[in-house]
Amino acid sequence: MSRILQVRDLSKRFGKVVTAEDVTFSVAQGTALGIVGPNGAGKSTLLSLITGVLKSDAGSIEFNGRDVTGLSAAERTKAGIARTFQIPRPFIDMTVFENVYVGATFGGGQHGQQGYDAAARALDVTGLSHVAERPAGQLRLLDRKRLELARALATNPSLILLDEIAGGLTEKELPPLVELIRGLRDSGVTVVWIEHIVHALTAVVDELMCLAFGRVLAIGEPREVMRSPEVIEVYLGSTFDMGEAV
Amino acid sequence: MEWLNAILQGTLLGGLYALLAAGLSLMFGVMRIVNLAHGVLAVLAAYLGVILTTAFHIPAFATLVIVVPLMFGVGWLIQMGLLNLSIVRGGLAPILVTFGLAVVLTNLLQEVFTADFRSIQAGSIATDSIQINDQISIGVFPLLTFVVGVLVIIALQVFLSRTRSGRAMRASSDDKDAAQLMGIDNRRIYALATGIAIATVGLAGVFLGIRTQFSPTYGDVTLIFAFEAVIIGGLGSLWGTLLGGVVLGIAQAVGAQVNPAYGVLFGHLVFLAILAFRPTGLLPKAVNA
Repeated sequence: MSRILQVRDLSKRFGKVVTAEDVTFSVAQGTALGIVGPNGAGKSTLLSLITGVLKSDAGSIEFNGRDVTGLSAAERTKAGIARTFQIPRPFIDMTVFENVYVGATFGGGQHGQQGYDAAARALDVTGLSHVAERPAGQLRLLDRKRLELARALATNPSLILLDEIAGGLTEKELPPLVELIRGLRDSGVTVVWIEHIVHALTAVVDELMCLAFGRVLAIGEPREVMRSPEVIEVYLGSTFDMGEAV
Repeated sequence: MEWLNAILQGTLLGGLYALLAAGLSLMFGVMRIVNLAHGVLAVLAAYLGVILTTAFHIPAFATLVIVVPLMFGVGWLIQMGLLNLSIVRGGLAPILVTFGLAVVLTNLLQEVFTADFRSIQAGSIATDSIQINDQISIGVFPLLTFVVGVLVIIALQVFLSRTRSGRAMRASSDDKDAAQLMGIDNRRIYALATGIAIATVGLAGVFLGIRTQFSPTYGDVTLIFAFEAVIIGGLGSLWGTLLGGVVLGIAQAVGAQVNPAYGVLFGHLVFLAILAFRPTGLLPKAVNA
């Protein structure tokens, strides 16, 4: 299987705070990688480094066989990398449709009718069609999370980075979202997914990576990663509910 | 009737202020940059008008065909060459850069054109008027300025709400990181915004130069009036800027009616009153969530 994303020795520090240190991992085309780790482990920072919103101090990022380390965030988006934010950041002064349409026209490079169709599809897939004309600032949390996903999908990504997209959702709201992400992965989009709700994560992902203090503690088959002593130690007593998910 | 006349003339004057302020409002709305070089850029455009009308004998209004695109290019270059570099340093940096630019441009204009007062000769249209009755007459040129001011505001509004680049500007204005992740190149969008803003200043500068006599330092007072129009109307709102320009114009005209020396003072007082009692302006940008 070809590796769509190859991260090598990626490092980033803010003053004395190390948020990424020699992070090396790769993701196979069309698979899903889950990322877990305690708060402050550098999970969200890692996504910002991969999307290019933050510049790394050292290391390289290869995407689709091409070194994208020197590319701007906008260029990486056009190349096919998309992300969602943990705390949704819709363009609040724009309608839901416009939010998604911007992604389709700029990131997806689809203009006119094509752009409309792509935006409409993204809204349809995420179940937002009925609120398309509403200002995005008026959406409730679940719909804001969906809009994050819809906007990212509209850019027509081959790699999508999800930052705690299930956080704050009820147990009832969770399964449809998990199904949606599984469907994405099955359609060929590579998924990198940060989540604290581990059973949601392990229901979908093919591999799991645990980060702590900006370093990769373990990566591999999800159950083995969760059983490894280093991972158990950083979570210090908190037991994982692997339960029915595996 | 005198008062009615003052309000009418003030409204028309407000059209010029709105025209001058539109670009300032756009730049603040999209990038949160307060462009302190705004006034002197209007004066620069007015001097371009003087050169084109005197040295090349181009009719005053025809100079717009050259001045406006030229000023668009000036704006584009200022953003790409200066402001995009300073904007990443946040807050005060771009303001200081525009302040420095204003000082440099003002002195360059002094050097080239001396401190003499000049104006753009537009012929009889500058003085023609429409007689309504014994006491009220409307100047053709102020009326034209007002109409152009309103049209520019409408055009900018349509551009922002309907076009691809306009949406990108709104997106960048809302959240520039999220905008990048939609594939928007903020630097280019900013350059386009500043280009458009300075193009409208070019338009305003030529109208200013036809209406009044100016010298290189005239940019200071121009900036203040434009700034007051933006604040009175509400930051980030183009309709607010139009309203703010009109309110400022009326305040000045009514003040001048009370005592010819009070015109500008009344404008400043209204501005202070707005700052004290309604600091968000008359038509603040709607804030959701």
